[in-house]
Amino acid sequence: MNSFTYHRATAVADAVREQSGRPDAAYIGGGTNLIDLMKENVARPTHLVSVGKLPLSDIENLPDGGLRLGATATNADTAWHEEVKSRYPLLNQAILAGASPQLRNMATNGGNLMQRTRCYYFYDLATPCNKREPGSGCSAIGGYNRVCGILGTSDSCIATHPSDMCVALAALAPTVRVSGPNGERSIAFDDFHRLPGNQPEKDNTLEPGELIVSLDLPAKGFEKNFSYLKLRDRSSYAFALVSVAAALELDGNTIRDARLALGGVAHKPWRDQEAENLLKGQPATVETFARAAAKVLENAQGHGSNDFKIELAKRAIVRALKQAVEGSQTASDVFLNSNP
Amino acid sequence: MTQQPTNSAARAGGVAAPPPTGPVRLTINGQQHTLQLAPWTTLLDALREYLHLTGTKKGCDHGQCGACTVLVDGKRINSCLTLAVMHEDEDITTIEGLGTPETLHPLQQAFVDHDAFQCGYCTPGQICSAQGLLNEGRAHTEAEIREHMSGNVCRCGAYVGILNAVKEVVDRKSSEHRS
Repeated sequence: MNSFTYHRATAVADAVREQSGRPDAAYIGGGTNLIDLMKENVARPTHLVSVGKLPLSDIENLPDGGLRLGATATNADTAWHEEVKSRYPLLNQAILAGASPQLRNMATNGGNLMQRTRCYYFYDLATPCNKREPGSGCSAIGGYNRVCGILGTSDSCIATHPSDMCVALAALAPTVRVSGPNGERSIAFDDFHRLPGNQPEKDNTLEPGELIVSLDLPAKGFEKNFSYLKLRDRSSYAFALVSVAAALELDGNTIRDARLALGGVAHKPWRDQEAENLLKGQPATVETFARAAAKVLENAQGHGSNDFKIELAKRAIVRALKQAVEGSQTASDVFLNSNP
Repeated sequence: MTQQPTNSAARAGGVAAPPPTGPVRLTINGQQHTLQLAPWTTLLDALREYLHLTGTKKGCDHGQCGACTVLVDGKRINSCLTLAVMHEDEDITTIEGLGTPETLHPLQQAFVDHDAFQCGYCTPGQICSAQGLLNEGRAHTEAEIREHMSGNVCRCGAYVGILNAVKEVVDRKSSEHRS
């Protein structure tokens, strides 16, 4: 790990001031990803501004019926919060499908959005990686790319965003409130993460020095018909190969509203509103689901060792939507959500 | 090995500058300590290398194995992925704070009774993690315990014993609640 100086921020304005004009500085929340990247010399900040103890850990109801998730609330406290469990169970499931209890006790909500890809080459300093060293090339293209993306990739980068929580958020469409040198602003969740294009070093649309202060969920939580289906190489504590957040609003057997987002397939949590439109107004049948799945994967492109993800994703979408209709959960989800 | 800075003047061949250490107040197992630490000292290194509390183990040093699990204000975390300086004024419990050689903690006794280890390297982390699981109170069935202990890896594969040990203490705790 490189040497660095450390400052515990006393207020949001203090944190922003500490970062301002210092591209070599970084915010640290729970540190579960950043400290790992620093040990690997992938991240080399010379100044750390600790924001984990800022008074941004509340989870509170909003006047419009929504729910505000403080940026420094831990993933565990968020998942197990009564309002999240009852009104946004999709989010509860997605958070608990990720990492381990220890990591969820440390990781913050803001940090979950800011975590970086787990592409092998991003971590491997001996190989070129455009995300780590812009202009050096992409080793995953033509390399071992089992974990890499199949949608929205570019010639520069085929990395995926690793979060489970963010896949549920993509479906629930909160607003990301940020504070920076030029004051506060709100970013729609879908606009927060970006596709790699020719600038894969940029994961998101934050301006320099901006800090996430909260995630504001809209009132609609799809608490009756939802599913978070995560497919991975072992049954716990592994990143998704493909995951699906499916949320439906049903009127009898007719789909009134639908949300569909995928993880493990792209540089950002992949919400497909065209596919959602193919679901709305239609009968909730396997045929309808298969049409939506085909739409999502229409332009998918495999890169060799991840070709299997295209078919896997199609089937996962159909299965997740079936589970959402049944209002049932998979066996693994039942125990994740059990209560004392 | 403690984490050493890789860009120090010493490595570049110059005269090593004194590391920018500062006082860090830590409360470990009820005892207060003030250590002179560089900001990049992880909580794990502070425990092992500065306080010589070597019960907490360094396994992968990347948050993947759980051997470094300790409790902070009763919640289990990976001490390798956090800086000591981030934990001033918090209540940190390590394996040395759970039970004594004469009076074992119920989890320690259960691990002995159920043969829940071979080499023992993961055991302190397993036990601290299981104490975190008990504090959370959300895991009751075998399937739930397996899932809630998935952040702790055992290279010897003593999972059957670990599961039985944790289950016994969980069951005892819930029957005490009922009675």
